[in-house]
Amino acid sequence: MWEYTEKVKEHYKNPKNVGTIENPDAVGEVGSMACGDALKIYLKIDKNGIITDAKFQTFGCGSAVASASALTEMIIGKSVKEAENLTNQDIADFLGGLPEQKMHCSVMGKEALEAALSSFKGEPTEKKIKGRIVCGCFGVTEDKIREVVKHNTLNTVEEITNYTKAGGGCGKCKGDLQKILSEEVAKRSNGKKEKPLTKTQQILKVNSILENYVAAELRKDGGDIELVDIEDNKIYVNLQGSCKNCPSSNLTLKNFVENVLREHISEDVEVIEA
Amino acid sequence: MSEKIVYLDNNATTKTCQEAIDNMIPFFAEQYGNPSSMHDFGGEVAQYLKKARKQVAELIGAADPNEVIFTSCGTESSNMAIRGLTDPHKKHIITTKVEHPCVLNVTKHLEKNHGYEVTYLGVNAEGELDLEEFKDSIRDDTALIAIMWANNETGVIFPVEKMAEIAKEKNPKVLFFVDAVQAAGKIPVDVKNTKIDMLGISGHKIHAPKGVGAIYIRKGTLITPFMLGGHQERGKRGGTENVSGIVALGEAAEQALNYLDDEATRVKAMRDKLEKGILSKLFNARVNGSRLHRVPNTTNISFEYIEGELILLHLSDLGICASSGSACTSGNLEPSHVLRAMGVPFTAVHGSIRFSLSRYTSNEEIDYVLKQLPDVIHKLNAISPFQKELKELKEIKESAKALKCALGDKRCCEQ
Repeated sequence: MWEYTEKVKEHYKNPKNVGTIENPDAVGEVGSMACGDALKIYLKIDKNGIITDAKFQTFGCGSAVASASALTEMIIGKSVKEAENLTNQDIADFLGGLPEQKMHCSVMGKEALEAALSSFKGEPTEKKIKGRIVCGCFGVTEDKIREVVKHNTLNTVEEITNYTKAGGGCGKCKGDLQKILSEEVAKRSNGKKEKPLTKTQQILKVNSILENYVAAELRKDGGDIELVDIEDNKIYVNLQGSCKNCPSSNLTLKNFVENVLREHISEDVEVIEA
Repeated sequence: MSEKIVYLDNNATTKTCQEAIDNMIPFFAEQYGNPSSMHDFGGEVAQYLKKARKQVAELIGAADPNEVIFTSCGTESSNMAIRGLTDPHKKHIITTKVEHPCVLNVTKHLEKNHGYEVTYLGVNAEGELDLEEFKDSIRDDTALIAIMWANNETGVIFPVEKMAEIAKEKNPKVLFFVDAVQAAGKIPVDVKNTKIDMLGISGHKIHAPKGVGAIYIRKGTLITPFMLGGHQERGKRGGTENVSGIVALGEAAEQALNYLDDEATRVKAMRDKLEKGILSKLFNARVNGSRLHRVPNTTNISFEYIEGELILLHLSDLGICASSGSACTSGNLEPSHVLRAMGVPFTAVHGSIRFSLSRYTSNEEIDYVLKQLPDVIHKLNAISPFQKELKELKEIKESAKALKCALGDKRCCEQ
């Protein structure tokens, strides 16, 4: 038994805006019988770009009906532009949340809306298949998976299945899903690192790494290290104490100091003796 | 949830019968001794296990009660039979595509991790096996054949007695296991007059409580114990006996045997009434599975172009409990493997509803369902995006009915 919120129950028991619109200004259709859910929405849009009416028909479970019903409630009275910004999470939030395994119902609502709005804007209405199909069982494309992973900040293959159904059939594509996921997660964390550090921040960061991970080790052998300068990816240091005259000081620099800095900063760091 | 509960999900689990409850209670706080103990307080409990063993043996027609081993559930019984294989040179298993997961997931495990080759026999549109194909699939290195007696989703009965004959004729050393979880208590089972070697049953499907089951292992059948531990169940299944559960299972088995006739007559009549009523009232209803070879309590009906979970949720609000083969009701996203194996089209598989009755079902309850269900289906038909398809289906059904009528089949004009 699923744990549906009262709001979800209210919407599947007595769905709002069921039916069709005669001479609609936009129609969006997603899903198929084979996949177990399908949704068709009809919109009436006035000359100011305001959605004045929305109706739907769906083949799906309780949460699919509730998501579609919620969607129509949410977009009536909104402008096309506002509707375009609606996310699947907004639909889920409107319903007080959906069970994780049913998140794909909110994604289907978002997709039907997208399809309807592109038809309104005169974009080709036939189903566009963007990108290669990753999940053959449910016909889910790479583009869709990447988009959903990105927008919902997903972190596991299981979540991808809950949101898109991909991987929920034979499971053969799970390796592919993991690969896509890893790529998207990497992009996400790279995105965070993009803010460039100021020169002072760079010096502070490198100094603290040297102090915490390098100097203590060198001091055990009576040596020490000092940061001299930073120039792009080049870090200039001075080895001191017993390190200064040690015949293997170059090895220490390259094998130890450089490795530590690469690990904490970036793979292309180069350590040079000043 | 509605106050009135109409429970038509007896293939999922059943109400524990009062006789079983009454008999099991003393073993919690009064006769709580361990039947393996040396003192009389515990030792006396053993006689109740003996009685229960005899009661279960009678239900399934075992020649000797010692051929009955108590387990924790039907799933354990299946695991025990399949994982207990001993001959390292025989690595072929035959089963069907429509088995319960407690068989399918075990054979898949052996296939993946233990070098077994498994033949999965398909079924026809009625959910029936091809016996010629079955015969051809038996090899010299076939270690085990695992076939269910009755299907949990459709109720379709496989001719396991005949299949065991065929199997032993072709390969006398092959082991024949039957998952009889959905057959015991619904149709006569008499293992002693068959060539079946092992047979599993579950307590909670025959009005015993959850957490107890049994497996019949014919004398002389060699299998390695699955649950290793003490000497209980003559070394075939370790672990202190679930005394209260076993006593309840024994009592429930005795009751089930007494009610077999009722099942074949009154329960069957109610099932047929429900099925006929639904088919006559709803044009997009169709029965899944053979109506000829079926346990008397089950009907699996698809409502085309609407989705099963949605039907169940609406029925649940009316207090009606059933289940569905729809993808949405399971944890995974695939619809029923049984209906897919039968080639039931997607238009129908997602909208399949299983009604399973029991001796506690009443005629009034069937009338209530027949009164309420059409409104639910009409309401949900209206939500479906497949309006054109529904309209076409309605026209086809109506013209077929008119044709029958014209040909003088009175039954159709009565409705």
